[in-house]
Amino acid sequence: MAEALLEVRALSRRFAAVDALKEVNFSVEEGEVHALIGPNGAGKTTFIHHVSGALQPDSGSVHFAGQEVTALSMHQRVAAGMARSYQITNIFPSLSALDNVALAVQGRADAGSSFSFWKAVDRDKRLFAEARDFLGQVGLDKRIDHIAGNLAHGEQRALELAMALATQPRLLLLDEPMAGAGPEESARMVELIEHLARHVTILLVEHDMDAVFRLADRISVLVNGQLIFTGIPDEVRAHPEVRRAYLGDSA
Amino acid sequence: MAFYRPASYQKPVAIALLLTLLTLPSALTAFGQEFYIGFATRVLIFALAASSLNLVLGFGGMFSLGHAAFFGAGAYAAAICMNAGIHDALLAFPIAMLAAGLFALLVGSISLRTRGVYFIMITLAFAQMAYYLFISARAWGGDDGLPLATRMSLGGLSLSGDQALFYAALACLTLTMLFLGRLANARFGRVIQAIRENETRMEALGYPVFRYRLICFALGGALAGLAGALLANLTGLASPNLLQWTQSGTLLVMVIIGGVGYLYGGVVGALILLMLEETLVGFTEHWHIVLGLLLLGIVLFAPKGVAALFGKKDG
Repeated sequence: MAEALLEVRALSRRFAAVDALKEVNFSVEEGEVHALIGPNGAGKTTFIHHVSGALQPDSGSVHFAGQEVTALSMHQRVAAGMARSYQITNIFPSLSALDNVALAVQGRADAGSSFSFWKAVDRDKRLFAEARDFLGQVGLDKRIDHIAGNLAHGEQRALELAMALATQPRLLLLDEPMAGAGPEESARMVELIEHLARHVTILLVEHDMDAVFRLADRISVLVNGQLIFTGIPDEVRAHPEVRRAYLGDSA
Repeated sequence: MAFYRPASYQKPVAIALLLTLLTLPSALTAFGQEFYIGFATRVLIFALAASSLNLVLGFGGMFSLGHAAFFGAGAYAAAICMNAGIHDALLAFPIAMLAAGLFALLVGSISLRTRGVYFIMITLAFAQMAYYLFISARAWGGDDGLPLATRMSLGGLSLSGDQALFYAALACLTLTMLFLGRLANARFGRVIQAIRENETRMEALGYPVFRYRLICFALGGALAGLAGALLANLTGLASPNLLQWTQSGTLLVMVIIGGVGYLYGGVVGALILLMLEETLVGFTEHWHIVLGLLLLGIVLFAPKGVAALFGKKDG
């Protein structure tokens, strides 16, 4: 098999006396949607923080696109092609939806330097044209000039996705994109992710099992900081330890 | 806070103000009030210094309590230039800006690794260190400060007349405000304002946040250095008091009453504070009390600053 796009080797992290992550080996292949599931407190978000560079591991390494990135900071990993959304919506609430995404476009290396002190951004037609395009991709074309903080919850989640997309990542890290969403919003988000998955590799952390089983090519199960299983959805459903640890017998 | 956008009437008001200021020295002379030309120059210089802090605090979101260190560094750089035989402001002012800017780069490269109250304390500590350094530097006059034998010249023009220095200060302030206005709506300005709003998000969008903050901090320092160099020419002295934390406090008060993050916040604040001071001193030696009450009123009734009362800002 070709080298994985993301490979995490023997990653460990302790917080005080707690093993938040213990010898985690994990990989995401180019083109797949890989879901990471596990009960609350299993370490899923901590894991995402280590992949994105927000946290540094005690031991182990992270490899991305054939390059070790363990020592790289978050912004360097973004430049390398990794983008993330947050479990708790993380946008610029006082700015318009368009400005939110334009900032993401502007941050890209191919969009030119941001050490520009004189030329008005408003003249930068390409920046905003591209931002509009990304807003369209997530279905926010009607909300372009709205202040982000006034958007509905589901729209804010979509906006965050547009911002992540605008960095043109090879790998999208989505931390519970359905969190706090109603059934309708969730359904729309699933559709959206399905659509995006055609163009970009996705690592998805999610609690909504229907969404996970519908979207994921492979699923990994994290329990108490340990990766106990990785397999295709049917294997995960059938796995006795997974049923006991996470899905419960009702599954 | 949203991105800064100038109110529609800002440009005409600024131009009208500039035209008024251009005629101010002649008007004052005509009424026999030449004394006030020096005072007006002082207002312009502090407007520049406060605006440089507003770049760091209002646009960059960095609450520095050591900004006077760069103001003072600029004044000393000008005085040292003078004593070294550099009499032309066209050379001495850029040197002062460079010196203050590099000093800010050094302070920022350490301070900006901290956040919140630690950042306030560490910038304060650096400024106080600089203050005591200059107090103990015998070669530069110790606590007497370093005098300038005469004022500088600008190209071939002497700045020794009060009018000439007034116009030099006005030119520096005008150019600075023009630059800051452009900067606020340029890519760099949007990046630092967005960092002020949500630092983590910017990092997660791929921006090297530390680098942007540092450049903003150094730029603010350099502009404060320019103000310092002008002030040294006005007063004929680079005094260590310019670096003291109370001076940083004065600049902060100017920005806060003027309007944090409003382009003209520093200008408005400097004007109000210095005019109040000048007026009240004539009435009572306890003018600080009256000033305090007035400031309290401004903070209570115009918490976003006086500029916010005039400047419309969306969001």
